[in-house]
Amino acid sequence: MARLVVLGGGVSGHTAATFAAKWLGKEHEVVVVTPNSKWNWIPSNIWVGVGQMKKEEVVFELAPVYKKAGITYKQAKAISLNPEGSAKSNTPFVTIQYTQKGRVGESEDLEYDYLINATGPKLNFDATPGLGDGNGQMGNNTVSVCTAEHAVHASSELQKCIEKMKKGERQKFLVGTGHGTCTCQGAAFEYIFNIEHELKKAGVRDMADIKWISNESFLGDFGMGGLHMKVAGYVVSSKLFAESIYAERNVEWIIGAHTSKVESGKIEYELLDGTKGEESFDFAMLLPPFSGVGLKAYAPDGSDITEKIFAANGFMKVDAKYDAGDYENWKASDWPRTYQNPTYKNLFAVGIAFAPPHLMSKPMQSPNGTAINPTPPRTGMPSGIIGKAVAHSICDLILKGKDAHLHDASMAEMGAACVASAGKGLFTGTAAAMTVYPVVPDYEKYPGTGRDTDYTFGEVGLAGHWIKHILHHMFIYKAKLKPGWALIPE
Amino acid sequence: MSKEEENFQKNDNFKLTMIPGSFVKMMRTCILWQFIRFMVLNIKMLVVVSKSH
Ligand SMILES: Cc1cc2nc3c(=O)[nH]c(=O)nc-3n(C[C@H](O)[C@H](O)[C@H](O)COP(=O)(O)OP(=O)(O)OC[C@H]3O[C@@H](n4cnc5c(N)ncnc54)[C@H](O)[C@@H]3O)c2cc1C
Repeated sequence: MARLVVLGGGVSGHTAATFAAKWLGKEHEVVVVTPNSKWNWIPSNIWVGVGQMKKEEVVFELAPVYKKAGITYKQAKAISLNPEGSAKSNTPFVTIQYTQKGRVGESEDLEYDYLINATGPKLNFDATPGLGDGNGQMGNNTVSVCTAEHAVHASSELQKCIEKMKKGERQKFLVGTGHGTCTCQGAAFEYIFNIEHELKKAGVRDMADIKWISNESFLGDFGMGGLHMKVAGYVVSSKLFAESIYAERNVEWIIGAHTSKVESGKIEYELLDGTKGEESFDFAMLLPPFSGVGLKAYAPDGSDITEKIFAANGFMKVDAKYDAGDYENWKASDWPRTYQNPTYKNLFAVGIAFAPPHLMSKPMQSPNGTAINPTPPRTGMPSGIIGKAVAHSICDLILKGKDAHLHDASMAEMGAACVASAGKGLFTGTAAAMTVYPVVPDYEKYPGTGRDTDYTFGEVGLAGHWIKHILHHMFIYKAKLKPGWALIPE
Repeated sequence: MSKEEENFQKNDNFKLTMIPGSFVKMMRTCILWQFIRFMVLNIKMLVVVSKSH
C-alpha cells in the first residue's frame, strides 16, 4: 500500500487529492494536510466583499467530503520535509502541526511515498510596512478579499463608507496592489468594479472618488504581459480594453507603482520613473505580494537543505528552466511540464506552490533599483489542470511502476478561461469574460502576440456575469464531490 | 454630445482611450443579445478548455 500526502486543500490540492483517491481506490491511502476546516471558492470572495454573498455561500466543511472520498484528512499545517527520512529510518516524512480544535500545536511526522505540495501562497502583508500587522497578518489600515473572513470585514467597512456618503461625506476608494511584486491583479480589478457597481446601486456614486493603483507597467497587463484579442476586425491589446473600462466607469489609475508604505488613510508609493508620491484614502483594498508558505527541508543528519528544494521566494523547485537568464532569452519551454522536483522524484508542486522559472511580464525596475513588475499569476483553471495531471502521474507511478510516463500540463500549452466580475445582478450585472491561449506567451509558435488570437478573446456583458455565477455553483458542486463531479472540467 | 463622451474630459488618461457609446452599453445588458452571447461564449470557452486538458 502506497501513501500519497497532499499538502494544502485549496483549488489545486483538493483537485489532486480527490482525483487520486478516485483513481487509486481503497488499496492505497491519500492524506490531505490542510490548516483550514473549510474549503473556500476564492473567486466569489469578491461578492462577499461587497455584501452580495454571505460567507457561508462560498465555503463548506471539508471533513464530510473527505470522509465520502475515503481520504484521510488532517487539519494541520506542514512545517518541514525530510525527503530522505531521519537518522533512524530512510522513509521520507513531513512534519505537520495540528490546527484542529483540541489538538492545536500537536505535531506529527507523517511518512509518505509521494507528496504533492499544494500549499498555495503565503499572503505576505508584512512585505510592505503598514500593510501587515508585523506578525504576518493583515494590518488595520486596509482591507483584503483574499480569504472569506477578510472579505466579510471588507464588506462591513464598505457599508460604513456608503453610510457616510449617504450623509453627504465624500469618500475616496483606493484598490490595487500593495507592493511592487504583487500578482493576482485580476482579483483587484474585479473588486474595484464591484465596488463601483454597488455605489451606483446605493445611489452614492457621485460622492465617491475611485482610484486604481497597480504595479503593472500598463493597464491590462494582468501579470501575463497583457494579451491581444480580436475585436471588430482589429487585433487589439488588453491595454486598450482595460483602459476603456476604467474610463467608462470613471475610475482613475496609477500604474507602474510600488506601494512602499501604508498608514491610516494614506499610502506612499514609488513609480517606475523613480518619482515618489502619496495617495490618501478612506477605504483601501490592497493585495499583498505572494511568497511560498515557508516550508523547510532537512537532511537525515538534521542539516538544512531548504535551498535544495525551494527557490528563494519559498516556492518549490520543479522541472522548470530556472537559469533562462535575461528576458530576451525567455522561452515558453522554460515552463514546467510535469511539476516533479528535480532532486526528489517523489515530490511534486502544483498551483501557486511551484516556483515559476521567471516572470511572464517584462521585468522592470525604477532607477532606484526597486523591482516594479507583476509576478506570474496561476489562476484557478491552470491550478486545477496541473493538480489533476500530477495526480494522474502519481497514480500511474503507484499502479504501473516507477517507470510510468508522467503527464504533461505546461502553462505554455494550456489556456485559461477567466471571468472577471464587474458588478453583480441577474439582469444588471456585467463581467469581462476572457480566455487566453496559451497562458504563457509562446513567441516562436505565435509570432507577434505570443498567443493564438483565435482562442484569446474578451468581452464585457451580462452573459459573462451569468457564466461567473454558474461557475460559482458548478465548482462548489464539483468540490463537494456530488454525482458526476469528475465530469466537470477544471 | 452624448453622455458617455463626458468622461473623456474627466482625466487626461481617459482622453487617450475608447469609451463605449450608448448602443454598446445597451447591448451589454440586453437580455436577448446576451443570451446569444452566453451560448457563443460557452462554446468558445469549452473549446479552450478542451484544448487545455
Ligand atoms: C480574491 C481572489 C479572487 C480570485 N478570483 C479568481 C478567478 O475569478 N478565477 C481564477 O481562475 N482564479 C482566481 N483567483 C486565483 C485562485 O484563487 C488561485 O489561482 C487558486 O486558489 C490557486 O490554487 P492553489 O491550490 O495553488 O492555492 P489555494 O487555493 O490558495 O490553496 C492553498 C491551500 O494550502 C493551505 N496551506 C497553506 N499553508 C499550508 C501548510 N503549511 N500546510 C498545508 N496546507 C497549507 C491553505 O490553507 C489552502 O487551503 C482569485 C484569487 C483571489 C485571492
